[in-house]
Amino acid sequence: MSVKVRIPSQLRQLTGGEGVVECKAGPVSDIIKELEGQHSGIAERLLENGELRRFINIYINGEDIRFEDGLATQAADGSEVSVVPAVAGG
Amino acid sequence: MPAEQLKCKECGRTYPLKALFVCEYCFGPLEVAYDYDKIRRRATKERISNGPPSLWRYADFLPVERRPEIDLQAGYTPLIKADRLAAELGLKKVWVKNDTANPTHSFKDRVVAVALQRARELGFDVVACASTGNLANSVAAHAAASGTEAFVFVPANLEIQKIIATAVYGVNVVKVRGNYDDVNRLCTEIASEKNWAFVNVNVRPYYAEGSKTLAYETAEQLDWRAPDRVVVPVASGSLLTKIHKGFWELGEVGLIRRKTPVVCGAQAEGCGPVATAFQQGQEHIKPVKPNTIAKSLAIGNPADGIFALEVARKTGGLIDSVTEQEIVDGIKLLAETTGIFTETAGGVTTAVLAKLAAAGKIYPTDEVVLYITGDGLKTLDAVAGTLSTYEIDPTLSEFETQVLAENSGGGNKVV
Repeated sequence: MSVKVRIPSQLRQLTGGEGVVECKAGPVSDIIKELEGQHSGIAERLLENGELRRFINIYINGEDIRFEDGLATQAADGSEVSVVPAVAGG
Repeated sequence: MPAEQLKCKECGRTYPLKALFVCEYCFGPLEVAYDYDKIRRRATKERISNGPPSLWRYADFLPVERRPEIDLQAGYTPLIKADRLAAELGLKKVWVKNDTANPTHSFKDRVVAVALQRARELGFDVVACASTGNLANSVAAHAAASGTEAFVFVPANLEIQKIIATAVYGVNVVKVRGNYDDVNRLCTEIASEKNWAFVNVNVRPYYAEGSKTLAYETAEQLDWRAPDRVVVPVASGSLLTKIHKGFWELGEVGLIRRKTPVVCGAQAEGCGPVATAFQQGQEHIKPVKPNTIAKSLAIGNPADGIFALEVARKTGGLIDSVTEQEIVDGIKLLAETTGIFTETAGGVTTAVLAKLAAAGKIYPTDEVVLYITGDGLKTLDAVAGTLSTYEIDPTLSEFETQVLAENSGGGNKVV
């Protein structure tokens, strides 16, 4: 019962250079707690006052969690969770 | 160069002028910061007017060490006095900045020219982008001109004209089964893995600065002053904020009187997250799933949206949206009154101007500049089926009975 969390390059100095971290399946808020347990300092980079920072997007299998239940969105076993900086496009 | 460092727009932390795009601490976007005293000393009106007839006449304001040796000469596009459009809308002074007159027919040539030059200076040999089409065309053309390898990622459902006008340059075109936001997310992830210059991801701070040249040119073409009001299309929100920055900078270095225009943004209702936030007085942008013919504006999660909101609010402007029918009407209104055929984004911009004028939200005496950022030949489907022609047999009698007798500006056959 695990998920793969993809870590963007900006946070890899906290994960010892790892681009993928395994976590237990569950709500995104629990996954962030587990990430923090494994790699101290990561939670404050993702959250501000308990909310996802406004320039960070989290996707579960490509679906933006802001379209689902935000931090309460469940990541099922085997899913891929991507942490991606917001980038304007064109 | 007068560019000094990259600075986080959220928390103010600074970084060197490398291929960085988000603050490592708070993930806020990074923006180029300049030494304006240095620019003030160098960039005189005379030096600018003696420069090349392209955006590179403003090189002193751009984050590059030098002008490129091989270049498509983007920018310095016409500013057209649009008296017939103004009269139609009950206004006095309307100008159209016709950025369809760029090498690949959209304003993206400005941002790409700057991004590719900076990418070369930073030592990259592969360039890439996520695109709704115009950027794809431009990256492909500029890469071909300089012999640089390129990967261009687009939504698979993009207009065929835009895909052909990218693939023709012989670059790698990757059609992604998803919308633009999916493509952008994928590219941001690839950018973490590959040492490529993604023009709108890791070299984005440099890329975005290219849009400022739309303000510089407008001011120069108005004999060094800012207009009262500008109307600008909004996708990511970047263009609007950079046009505002461009006018502000000209005031800062003394090339125009300190005055920034009232900045109005234009979106489609089918993808109007910034307009919705403006109308509801929100500080945050709620992402949407785009559903509009204005595909070049179809960014559902616009990262610079909050900055566009700030600019509209502090200049006394607004951000409004229009329906699909209004977009088509806007394309036709611009074409019929100015002779400029715009893609759907320009239909959005023209329609928002018309809506504001009709609602009395623009003083009739205001001098307004309408930014038309892309060419109608790229989105023919948007107006197909709404226009009419005459079709006749090759005889004089057919001409007389079918065309002259009818003679209502209409026709007998829809195209």
